[in-house]
Amino acid sequence: MYSEKVMDHFMNPRNVGEIENADGVGQVGNAKCGDIMKMYLKIENDVIVDAKFKTFGCGAAVATSSIATELIKGKTVEEALKVTNKAVVEALDGLPPAKLHCSVLAEEAVAAAIADYRRRHGYDNENDHQCPGCCRRCETEPAE
Amino acid sequence: MDKNIIYVDHAATTYVKPEVFEKMKPYFTELFGNPSSIYALGRESRKAVENARSEIAFCLGAHPTEIYFTASGTEADNWAIKGAAYANIKKGRHLITSAIEHHAVLHCFGFLEKEGFEVTYLPVDEKGFVNPDDLKKAIKPDTTLVSIMFANNEIGTIQPIKELAAIAREKGVLFHTDAVQAMGNIDVKVNDLGVDLLSMSAHKFYGPKGVGALYIRKGVRINNFMHGGAQERNKRAGTENVAGVIGMAAALKFAYENLEEYNRHLRKLSDRLIDSVMERIPYVRLNGDREKRLPGNVNLSFQFIEGESLLLMLDMKGIQASSGSACTSGSLDPSHVLLAIGLSHETAHGSLRITFGERNTEEEVDYIVENLVEIVGKLRQMSPLYEDFVRKSGK
Repeated sequence: MYSEKVMDHFMNPRNVGEIENADGVGQVGNAKCGDIMKMYLKIENDVIVDAKFKTFGCGAAVATSSIATELIKGKTVEEALKVTNKAVVEALDGLPPAKLHCSVLAEEAVAAAIADYRRRHGYDNENDHQCPGCCRRCETEPAE
Repeated sequence: MDKNIIYVDHAATTYVKPEVFEKMKPYFTELFGNPSSIYALGRESRKAVENARSEIAFCLGAHPTEIYFTASGTEADNWAIKGAAYANIKKGRHLITSAIEHHAVLHCFGFLEKEGFEVTYLPVDEKGFVNPDDLKKAIKPDTTLVSIMFANNEIGTIQPIKELAAIAREKGVLFHTDAVQAMGNIDVKVNDLGVDLLSMSAHKFYGPKGVGALYIRKGVRINNFMHGGAQERNKRAGTENVAGVIGMAAALKFAYENLEEYNRHLRKLSDRLIDSVMERIPYVRLNGDREKRLPGNVNLSFQFIEGESLLLMLDMKGIQASSGSACTSGSLDPSHVLLAIGLSHETAHGSLRITFGERNTEEEVDYIVENLVEIVGKLRQMSPLYEDFVRKSGK
């Protein structure tokens, strides 16, 4: 059901772990849906110099986290925010329909980590990403 | 099967035993007659079908006229539940089942609710047992059917069916049990149990897929489900799956003759797996009861990790198992069974079901354990939940 690229990123995830003294940390998703992603960013002069993640979730969740860190590394914050879930899916040679929410989660995780970075650095945070989750669930029920 | 593959998902399906397949073969190619035809070829098939029926009845301690062939366990469940509900609609519209039934049962009741029936879903305790007192209290004057599974497909819990059936009988309520997982593992005898309706499926006990049976106690009336020809004593239309029922009978006969030995073999493997995992992996729980469970079933929840990831990594090592995780089914909800026994969503997501079969060995158990230790460790290192846990507990 998964592409080779997904399996590769699942079995050999890139950038797993934590960054000590990260400039931005974001966590999205909830256990109810079965996916939680935590993204750590090291940012210098507005450029993402390092990204690491930890993920609780299915194969697709791990693979989307892994590819997302690769896609944003070396990009400016503004550029990283333009990495959409579609780009994540394309970079993985596609995802099964039931797993598309994982790519959304990856986009959200990056956005949440950047929002945290901006908050810490005193940027305007009116439009910060606050979405707690990936799935349709949270539209009807509060996250745990 | 590939030598490097360790198949431990026998609750999903089993292979057809070679000796069973041998018995089926002639009925595909040579003895292909329709059992309803009057000439010799047809009569030959009829004889074989009725012989299979007798063998299955003998295993169950039933009369051959009480065994009806179906195309699956799901069909048997659908027929029993909807058939009994509609046949007794003048008596009442209240039905009782449990919260942990297989979807083949649960979704029948969901359908009947939409049709205007009232359904009580009995809760289960943390081991997955239905409390007989709960059943007693749930039965009302307009209750017409109780359906409670014999053994659970996910956590293996074996219900006190005899006791539950006695309660229903005392109140004059029909009792159905979905025995799909129990058959081939337990010495099921319908009269000893006192059940009125019982479903089974051949591919769970080394018979072929696409064939099942419903036991209907003599005198019990249920509405027909399949309409058409006069097969199965006018109760279930459709040309008999001749080779299929022969395979089912042969497989069941073999199972009943070797129950004790088979149980011993499976129990040895399960105990070895449970004991080793409990000893070597922290933060893990065994779901279901340690004793009153299907002998080949092991259901474990590993905290802080998610089941599909675990399954994929096991698959990479040639280990084919199953999970109660949402992601395998494409739905976001974890197993209704694991939630019903009180697991949190998070824990339910990290569940693994291993179901052993005849060909599994202790060496395979040890290989599974070695890989579980490694994979669970790897996934926990990757898990933000584990990170939080470690931080909080100061480890």
